[in-house]
Amino acid sequence: MNQRKTIISVNNLVKKFGGFVANDNLTFDVHEGEIFGFLGANGAGKTTAIRILCGLSYPTSGKILVSGFDVYTQREEIKRNIGYMSQKFSLYEDLNIRENIRFYGGIYGMSSSAIRRKTDELIEELDLSDIAGTLIRDIPLGWRQKVAFSVAVFHEPKIVFLDEPTGGVDPLTRRQFWEHIYRAAARGITVFITTHYMDEAEYCERVSIMAEGRIEALDSPENLKNNYGVKTMDEVFLKIARK
Amino acid sequence: MRTILYIIQKEFKQVFRNKTMLPMIFVLPFVQLLILVNAATMDMKNIDMIVVDMDLSTSSRSLIEKFSHSPFFTLLKTTFSVDEAENRMLENETDMILVIPAGFEHELYGQGATSLQIQVDAINGMTAGLINGYATQIINGYTLELLSETGRNALINLIPKNITVNHSFWYNSELEFKHYMVPGILTILLTIIGMFLASLNLVREKEMGTIEQINVTPIRKYQFIIGKLVPFWIIAMFELAFGLGIGKLLFNIPVEGSLLLLFAYAALYLVAVLGMGLLISTLSQTQQQAQFLNFFVLVTFVMMSGIFTPAESMPHWAQDLNTINPLAYFMRVIRMILLKGSEFRDVAGDFLAIAIMAVVLTALATWRYRKIA
Amino acid sequence: MKEFLGFVKKEFIHIFRDSRTLVVLFGLPVAQILIFGFVIQNEIQDVRIAIHDKSKDPVTFDITNKLLSSGFFRLEKYLTSEKETETIFKTGRVREVIVFDDDFAETLKREGTAGIQLLADASDPNSARMIVSYTQAIIATYLKELNRDHQLPLIIEPRVRMMYNADLKSAFMFVPGTMALVLTLVSAMMTCITIVREKETGTMEALLVSPLRPVQIIAGKVTPYILLSCINAVVILILGYFIFQLPIRGSLLLLFGETILFISLALSLGIMISTMSKTQVVAMFFSAFVLLLPTLLLSGFIFPIENMPKVLQWLCYAMPPKYFITILRSVMLKGTGIAEVWRETLVLTGMLVFFISVSAVRFKVRLQ
Repeated sequence: MNQRKTIISVNNLVKKFGGFVANDNLTFDVHEGEIFGFLGANGAGKTTAIRILCGLSYPTSGKILVSGFDVYTQREEIKRNIGYMSQKFSLYEDLNIRENIRFYGGIYGMSSSAIRRKTDELIEELDLSDIAGTLIRDIPLGWRQKVAFSVAVFHEPKIVFLDEPTGGVDPLTRRQFWEHIYRAAARGITVFITTHYMDEAEYCERVSIMAEGRIEALDSPENLKNNYGVKTMDEVFLKIARK
Repeated sequence: MRTILYIIQKEFKQVFRNKTMLPMIFVLPFVQLLILVNAATMDMKNIDMIVVDMDLSTSSRSLIEKFSHSPFFTLLKTTFSVDEAENRMLENETDMILVIPAGFEHELYGQGATSLQIQVDAINGMTAGLINGYATQIINGYTLELLSETGRNALINLIPKNITVNHSFWYNSELEFKHYMVPGILTILLTIIGMFLASLNLVREKEMGTIEQINVTPIRKYQFIIGKLVPFWIIAMFELAFGLGIGKLLFNIPVEGSLLLLFAYAALYLVAVLGMGLLISTLSQTQQQAQFLNFFVLVTFVMMSGIFTPAESMPHWAQDLNTINPLAYFMRVIRMILLKGSEFRDVAGDFLAIAIMAVVLTALATWRYRKIA
Repeated sequence: MKEFLGFVKKEFIHIFRDSRTLVVLFGLPVAQILIFGFVIQNEIQDVRIAIHDKSKDPVTFDITNKLLSSGFFRLEKYLTSEKETETIFKTGRVREVIVFDDDFAETLKREGTAGIQLLADASDPNSARMIVSYTQAIIATYLKELNRDHQLPLIIEPRVRMMYNADLKSAFMFVPGTMALVLTLVSAMMTCITIVREKETGTMEALLVSPLRPVQIIAGKVTPYILLSCINAVVILILGYFIFQLPIRGSLLLLFGETILFISLALSLGIMISTMSKTQVVAMFFSAFVLLLPTLLLSGFIFPIENMPKVLQWLCYAMPPKYFITILRSVMLKGTGIAEVWRETLVLTGMLVFFISVSAVRFKVRLQ
């Protein structure tokens, strides 16, 4: 485990909005190829941190390297190596699935033929051929999220950041969504995911649990449950939250 | 470059897919052109007047006839009461009151000079001036006629010195106001389409959150801005061509100069205007803010551009402000090229100015566009 | 009622927290009034002219002096040949070229008549007409002086009274118009956009399932703008009064009453447009083309309605600002009372009822 390469390294990350401390001295590493869960209640500071890692927001202080690049000075290099799926749904509702994929593939600089080939593969894989030409606004949320995820990993980034990707969908669809995550991870993509569904935490290799801007625990789900002497991640979370 | 093409392609798809926007972009402006050009006219045709004739003489009657035969005046009624006439004016029913006092004819022939009163509703100072001008003209004409009728016109020759003033109106001898307004209104429509579409488009991406997804890609800021600019630039250029066609077909506007020159100028102008729209959108968080800024900038610039009133008669500070008003340049240049046939060397200075504005505004928009908060 | 007040408060907070919108909201009327008052001048002044004096004698110098000291004209250049006229017109540097004939003074003395040609750039026909008539008037005055001792034997002197606006100030025309424009923009456009925004972002659904009734939601959205519009109206009146000495000759109470009627009308128009638009972009384009341009051009604000073709005059009768501008001008500048403007008031009231009913019907349809 320890011999795995570090792909995200965060040291003493602090982010303040005026007097409010959203991220209080976060320090953690993410290893190459792992599925890293970023857990916490709403407002714990997950989205703030993920936005900093993606180069969408400046940290107040701290040393942060993503894929070996510095978030202060090498944001555009970072962006070449990551994919991002935001909490706020971000496909174009007035474009269809193919067009959305084509657009994002295009701005990542992929060639037209590569885009076409991969789009076909993807549509096949997701079994979307019936609705490939339907506008995003007309397809159900669960499908949209799968498409959004596929778009985020379409250009084969080294890391994909998923911010609450499964909000608002039924357990079955979530289950399917996780299959896609596993598939991506199997291709070697590091997955950084925030969620507040504790059952999803079980799917992660390691999770960190945030509360009030600080990381309260970081380990594999197994170890966490053992350390706190409980059976489920839910209980782990409640214990930490009540502390 | 390919990245830019993908953005352009996407924008076009979105524009053409929006069934409510299409008519707004491609039909409404031209309906507006038709209506507004006809509406914007200063030719006084129907000046309503009330006559208070207290003289009831041959002279007063024939003077009144002169007015009622004039194509400019419509005689609503004659009355004996000045009060009544003034009340009509209060109710906005008449534009002018002509009062011929008792003893008008008597004084005219007895003393050789007499007077009458004209009251003009002067709230609109411009039309009041015109009404006054037309009325005075009729009265002067009447006097001259009287002189010749009474055989006194020999007296005119007694006047020792005379200067004959001929005038000719160049470029628009008929003084056809529509030829002046078509380019003006077209400029406004073009600007609204370009500036609003571009700025609302970008803010909409902010509001909808899709811009985040773009901001995490390695796209360069200038690529994004150009990608946002080009589609609306193309649409606006198309609108210009279409609008000119309508102007030519329906209003028969003259095209004295080179269309190539005009389109070259429009090309730069639109970059400046779209750059301004994008700059506004980078300064706004919501479409509402952007739109309000757009309106503010647009109304101000339009009014100062000299669309209705010549820019020269504005105070100096306003003229100074106009050096940074792209509309003022385009308004002038489109009229110069279309109506007067001005050539490149006549508008070289304007070319330079608009080119500088185009570069500065797009650069500012690019600089203000933040991929990071 | 308590929920409603809370909702209104929320709307106020939204507006007041958004400093950019606030600046524009209050900056707009002030800037517009100043622009219209100071910038839009119909008077001829400092018009650049060129003179082609083929004679260069005391009389032509005299006339030139008269022209240039009038304040209407500014000499840009002396031309030396006919050809230069074309060139200088094309650069747009001058709007009129005055040509004195050869041996002007000499001919005038010998033959009793001499010639001047006025060449005007009529690409702007209105100013061309005005410039030429101003020039003619100055020359005529000069001529009168020259012939001081000789008078026409028959003279009818028109004594002209410019009613309500003796100095022919353009502010008299523009302040009421600007008021209509600003109120239309602020009230109709802003309400329309706020409502469509809630629809577009999906928050409208949330509001609709709240205990607030739809009417209350709309009323709540609209209330802050009523207040803002009233403030704007007062600001405009104050600016007009103090900066442009615009009198308020009629009843202030009537003026406010009519203003509030118009504000309500504009708001209801905004609501109606909002029920017809799905996205803010659509609403805005609708506002731009249906509100802004017609308010400027089809309301008698700048161009008198009676000069327009008949069809357009009918169209003007459908424009709410037309009636409001007429009322404003009558009440403010002429000092008329309700007796003279009841018809306009009635029309505005009728339109108000119409817009509200249409919105209500459309709103219900949407809910079902």
